[in-house]
Amino acid sequence: MSTTTSSPASAGPIVELRGVNKWYDDFHVLRDINLSVGRGEKIVVCGPSGSGKSTAIRCINRLEQHQEGDIVVDGVELTSDVRSINAVRRKVGMVFQSFNLFPHLSVLDNLTLGPTLAQGEKKDEAEDRAAELLRRVRIPDQARKFPGQLSGGQQQRVAIARALMLRPQVMLFDEPTSALDPEMISEVLDVMTELAQAGMTMICVTHEMGFARRVADLVVFMDAGEVVEAASPDQFFGAPQSPRTQLFLNQVLH
Amino acid sequence: MATTVSHAKASSVPRRPPPVGVRNSRAWLVRNLFGSVGNTLLTAGALWLLFVTLPGLVRWAVLDAVWYTPDAGVCHAAMGACWAVVPEKYRVMLFGTFPYSEHWRGALVIAIVIALAAVSTIRRFWSYGLFAAWVVAMLVVFTLLLGGVLGLRPIGTHEWGGLPLTLVMFVGTVVGGLPAGVLLALGRRSTMPVIRALCTGFIEIVRGLPLVTVLFMASLMFPLFMPEGISIDKFARAQIAMAAFFAAYAAEVIRGGLQAIPRGQYEAADTIGLGYWQKTTRVVLPQVMRIVLPSMMNEIIRAFKNTTFIGIIGLFDVLRATSTAIQDPVWVRYSIESYLFISALYFVLCFAMSQYGQRVERDLARN
Repeated sequence: MSTTTSSPASAGPIVELRGVNKWYDDFHVLRDINLSVGRGEKIVVCGPSGSGKSTAIRCINRLEQHQEGDIVVDGVELTSDVRSINAVRRKVGMVFQSFNLFPHLSVLDNLTLGPTLAQGEKKDEAEDRAAELLRRVRIPDQARKFPGQLSGGQQQRVAIARALMLRPQVMLFDEPTSALDPEMISEVLDVMTELAQAGMTMICVTHEMGFARRVADLVVFMDAGEVVEAASPDQFFGAPQSPRTQLFLNQVLH
Repeated sequence: MATTVSHAKASSVPRRPPPVGVRNSRAWLVRNLFGSVGNTLLTAGALWLLFVTLPGLVRWAVLDAVWYTPDAGVCHAAMGACWAVVPEKYRVMLFGTFPYSEHWRGALVIAIVIALAAVSTIRRFWSYGLFAAWVVAMLVVFTLLLGGVLGLRPIGTHEWGGLPLTLVMFVGTVVGGLPAGVLLALGRRSTMPVIRALCTGFIEIVRGLPLVTVLFMASLMFPLFMPEGISIDKFARAQIAMAAFFAAYAAEVIRGGLQAIPRGQYEAADTIGLGYWQKTTRVVLPQVMRIVLPSMMNEIIRAFKNTTFIGIIGLFDVLRATSTAIQDPVWVRYSIESYLFISALYFVLCFAMSQYGQRVERDLARN
């Protein structure tokens, strides 16, 4: 596994959730979540809908706010302080279920907007990197098109490239293939698999159990706001411990 | 295998053109105008109305009309319309109280505003830069109208009038009111309670008042509250009132657009590190403006026609200038013709704006 950075912090976990709790009004949506993600590790989070898995990863870059517990990303603790939020967001890339590309901007502008505005990168440098990333996600010739002119699979790959433009330490994927037509799922999963092989740290919420088996170092199963089981893919799929996991796997694998 | 494939092709359902509809005009007439007893009666009634009114109208407006004469007596003798009042009085109608020798400055203002409006219709030029061009143009226009520099004779705003005044008031209303409306709409959605309350309060109060009362307040009451010795020009007071009125309505239109932007757009902007204003100006507002374009065009056209209200507080906009022009006892009986001319002027400008809005909508729909 290639390690791109070797700062002192790289010894410890890059993302750590300790006793994270969250409520929507009275509804206890996250209960005592503990998760430690090492550099280069690939985590797949699965579970039935409403289990809190999306909420959990959205807490990591403060799209949702947790109310108890600690979240630490690459040594930065996430607090209500805007500077800590910005520092964390600079390290974390995110890919959404519904792509969330900017429909009024070309593919190229979607990619360069963040680096040029938020990080002050020169426009032509950003465009060079964007072209390189578009080659990497296998849509090198669509840079001038608008998101609405692309297929769902192409849009999601643009979204992955957009997140990579900020040179993140961690990539979060929130059900990246759930809004895609079946024939487009594999082109997105292929790109994600390549990214994993290149050593990117990834936390993926997904129902793609084949992907989990191939790529994950750790599969986390959540239900009703808590982590029910966390195990290696072999153990998770071969010998699930909890009856809730067994029930879930029965439902998704058949 | 090859034979199987060709066999399958040959037996597939052949493509064919859609069924031929009834396309000739006679069939259309029969179907749409005389399709039922009711339709036939309506058609007959409409034809009868046209037969009764149209000949008289044509005779008055065209056949018996007097098109040009400096002598009102000629009109008096004629049976038809006296369009001659327009060439006779057009300078007073178009420039109102503006000093006669300086009318060229007013004409230049009209030309600048219409030229820039024409440039604004070209989508290639759309940017925040175009907005800046309007701001610069307004500075040039104000220099031309006010004078006092570059050897131009100073002209007080109390002498402004006619179409230049109408156009300046209109453009000032939109250029000033649109950004204010954007800020009000953003403020009304702010998480900060004081800002939200102030913006909501402003919008609701201004929307709850008729424009006439807003203008009267600006014109009559406002000076009462000002400290002794400080007086704000009547034109400026009217301009602020008009812009504030427009801003309140524009804010609600924009707020509707803001609500149509999915939450995912904000979240995506957050995750790529954009700050509030970067997010707002580069991600949210460009999309909002596309969404609200039809209703915003409606507000803009209404703002143009609302400029006629400033006549009430003693400013000589093009409508008030026209009613002044025909105070001339020699021509006073031809007010209908004058008002028809001014109506045509308003219609041409409003219709152009409406067509422009529709073209932009079609352009945007293509993307």
